[in-house]
Amino acid sequence: MIRVFAALVARDLRLAGRVGGSGALSLVFFLMIVALVPFALGPDLNLLSRIGPAILWLAAVLATLIGLDRLFQADDEDGSLELMTASPAPLEIVVLAKVCAHWLTTGLPLALASPLFGLLVALDGPATAATALTLLVGTPALTFVGAVGAALTASIRRGGLILAVLVLPLMIPTLIFGVSAAQAALGGTIPFATPLTILSGLSLIAAVVGTLAAAAALRWGE
Amino acid sequence: MWTRLANPGHFLRWSVALTPWLAGAAALTGALGLYLAWFVAPPDYQQGETVRIMFIHVPAAWLGVFFYGSMVLSAIGTLVWRHPLADVAQRAAAPIGAAFTLICLVTGALWGKPMWGTYWVWDARLTSMLVLFLIYCGIIALWRTVEEPNRAARTVAILTLVGAVNLPIIKFSVNWWSTLHQPASILRMGGPTIDPTMLYPLIVMIVAGTLTGIALHLYAMRTEILRRRVRTLTIREAERLDPGASVMVAYPAGPSA
Amino acid sequence: MRLIVDNLAVRRSGRRVFAGLSFALGAGEALAVTGRNGAGKSSLLAVLAGRLRPAAGRVAAEGVGEASIPECLHVVGHRDGLKGALTAEENLAFAQALLGAPRLAPKAALERLGLAHARALPVAYLSAGQRRRVALARLLVSARPLWLLDEPTAALDAASQDLLAGLMDEHRAGGGLVVAATHQSLGLADARELRIGAAPQPEAAP
Repeated sequence: MIRVFAALVARDLRLAGRVGGSGALSLVFFLMIVALVPFALGPDLNLLSRIGPAILWLAAVLATLIGLDRLFQADDEDGSLELMTASPAPLEIVVLAKVCAHWLTTGLPLALASPLFGLLVALDGPATAATALTLLVGTPALTFVGAVGAALTASIRRGGLILAVLVLPLMIPTLIFGVSAAQAALGGTIPFATPLTILSGLSLIAAVVGTLAAAAALRWGE
Repeated sequence: MWTRLANPGHFLRWSVALTPWLAGAAALTGALGLYLAWFVAPPDYQQGETVRIMFIHVPAAWLGVFFYGSMVLSAIGTLVWRHPLADVAQRAAAPIGAAFTLICLVTGALWGKPMWGTYWVWDARLTSMLVLFLIYCGIIALWRTVEEPNRAARTVAILTLVGAVNLPIIKFSVNWWSTLHQPASILRMGGPTIDPTMLYPLIVMIVAGTLTGIALHLYAMRTEILRRRVRTLTIREAERLDPGASVMVAYPAGPSA
Repeated sequence: MRLIVDNLAVRRSGRRVFAGLSFALGAGEALAVTGRNGAGKSSLLAVLAGRLRPAAGRVAAEGVGEASIPECLHVVGHRDGLKGALTAEENLAFAQALLGAPRLAPKAALERLGLAHARALPVAYLSAGQRRRVALARLLVSARPLWLLDEPTAALDAASQDLLAGLMDEHRAGGGLVVAATHQSLGLADARELRIGAAPQPEAAP
C-alpha cells in the first residue's frame, strides 16, 4: 500500500516536472492577483501592509483553483483512473497520493513564494513569516476541499467553472482562520496560536473528509 | 409499510391525496399567523413596526436549514439504499430550500435598512445564511450539469454530505470572524428574551411555513417523478425503433477461422 | 480462477444495451466477444472490469480467495492508461507498482513485445502501434489471471498480432483467462465465441 502511494506521488511529481503542470501557472496567477490589488486600492503602503495577509490569502485561495479541474479528469480521460481502480490498494490511498502530489506542486510553492510576494504589499518581517506559516498550514485544507470538487466534476467536460462554484463556499472557514491567524501575528487581541491551531485542525478534517468523499465520487463515477 | 409508501407509484397516489390537505392547513395557519403578526403582536419598543418582518424572516431561515437537513437525509438514502425516491426528494428540495434561504436574505436586508441604516451588515447569522445560499447554488448547478439522473443523484448526494459536514464549521468560523471584527454592538435578532405576545405568532408562522414547504416539496417531487417517467418513455420509444442488442448467442466455436 | 456471468443486463443512460447474458469461463479458456459496432462489447468489458454497474444479474469470480474481480484482471482498451510524458519503461514500472504481483521486469516485458529500443522514449513520441504494444506489455509486468482486451489488435501489424496470439496462448496454458472484444480473428485456438447480435425485429413497428 505504501509502495502504491509512493509510486503515485513519484509519478505525479514527475509528470508535473516534465509537462510544466499547473504549479508554475498557479504561481503566476497568484502573483497577478497580488499585483492587481494595488491598482484597485491605490499604492498606499500603509493600507496595503495592513490588509497584506488578506490579499495573500485571497490570492492563494483563487490560485488553488488553477489546475484543480485536471486533477482527476486527466487520468479519467486516458484510462489511468481505470488502471488505478484495478490496484489492490483502496481508492482512498490513490486519492490521498494524488492530492498530496498536487499540494506539493501547487500549495507548497504558494506558501514558499508568499514571502517574496509579501514584499509587494509592504509586509514586514514577522508578518511575512506569519503569513507564510499560515499558508503552509492552511493550503492543504484548500487542496483537499478542492479535490472533492475535482472528483465530482472529473467526468464533466468543461467542469472548471462549476468546480469553483462548488468548492469556494467550502473554503470560507480556511480563509477566515488563515487570515485571522496572520492578522493576530500583526498584533491584536487574540494570541497567534489559537487560530493557527484551528487552521491545522481544519486541514486535518479536510484531509479525512476530502479523501473519503473524493474516493466515493470517483468510485461512483458511472 | 414504509417501503410500500416509498414506492414511486404509491407515492404519487398518496401524495396527490395529501397535498390539498397540507396546502389547506398551510393556508389556514398562515392566515392565522398573519392576523396575529399584524394585529395582535405589539410593535417593538425599539424597532417599531419593522419588527413584523421577523414573522417572515425567521420562518424562512428555519425552512432554509430544514430543507438542507431533509436533503442530507435523502442523500444518505441515495448513497446507502440507492432508493429512487430519495434521489427525487433530494432534487426537489434544493430549489425550494434555496428559495427560502433567499427570502431570508432579502427580508434580512429589508429589516437591516431601518435597524442598521444599511441594507447589508456582515452579521454572523446573515452571513451564514449567505454561505448556505451559495452552497445551494452549487448543488443546483451540479444537478443541471450531470445529465444522467442516477449519476447526478449520487454526485449531488456526496456534495450535500460534504456540505453538511462543513456547515457547522462554517457557522463556527463565521461567528468567530464576526466577533473578531465587530464587537457585539449589533442587536441580536430574536434571541431568547422574546416576549410571549411575539413568540406565539412566530411559532404559528413557523408552522405555517413548514406546512407550505412540505406541500411544495411533495408537489415538486411529483413533478420530478413525472419528468423521469417522460424520460423513460422517450427512451423506450427510441428502443422500440431500434431494439438494440438483446439476443446473445454463445457457443463454443471450433478452431477459430 | 473461474469467471461466472449470470443473467447480466446493462443499461447506459437508461438505454438498454443488452439483457439476459450468461456464461462461465474456466481456467485456460478464452472468449471472443464479437458483434457490430455499438452492440455492447465495450459495455460488457466495462461491467466485467467493475467500471459499470449492471442493471441486473451478477458477475462473480471463483477460486481467487479474498480478491475482488478488479484485482484479478488486466484491461487493455482504447484508453490505454499511458502517460505521454513518461517513458515506456516508467509507465510500466508505475503499472507494476500499482497492480502488484510483479512478473517480468518492465525492460524484459518491452523486449518480449519487441520494443527494447523504445524503452527510454516518452510514450507521446511512439506510433499508435508501438503505444498499443507498450499497453500490452503491461499484461506481462504483473501476473493477473484474467485479461480483458478491447480490440487488442487495433493498430497492430501482422507480426505483432502473431506475437499477441503467442502471449495469449502462453497465458492460457498457465491457467489464465482471456476475454477479448474483437472485430477480427485473434488467432485464439478453440476460443468460445460470444456474438452480440441484433435482436430480431419485434412485432412490426407501425
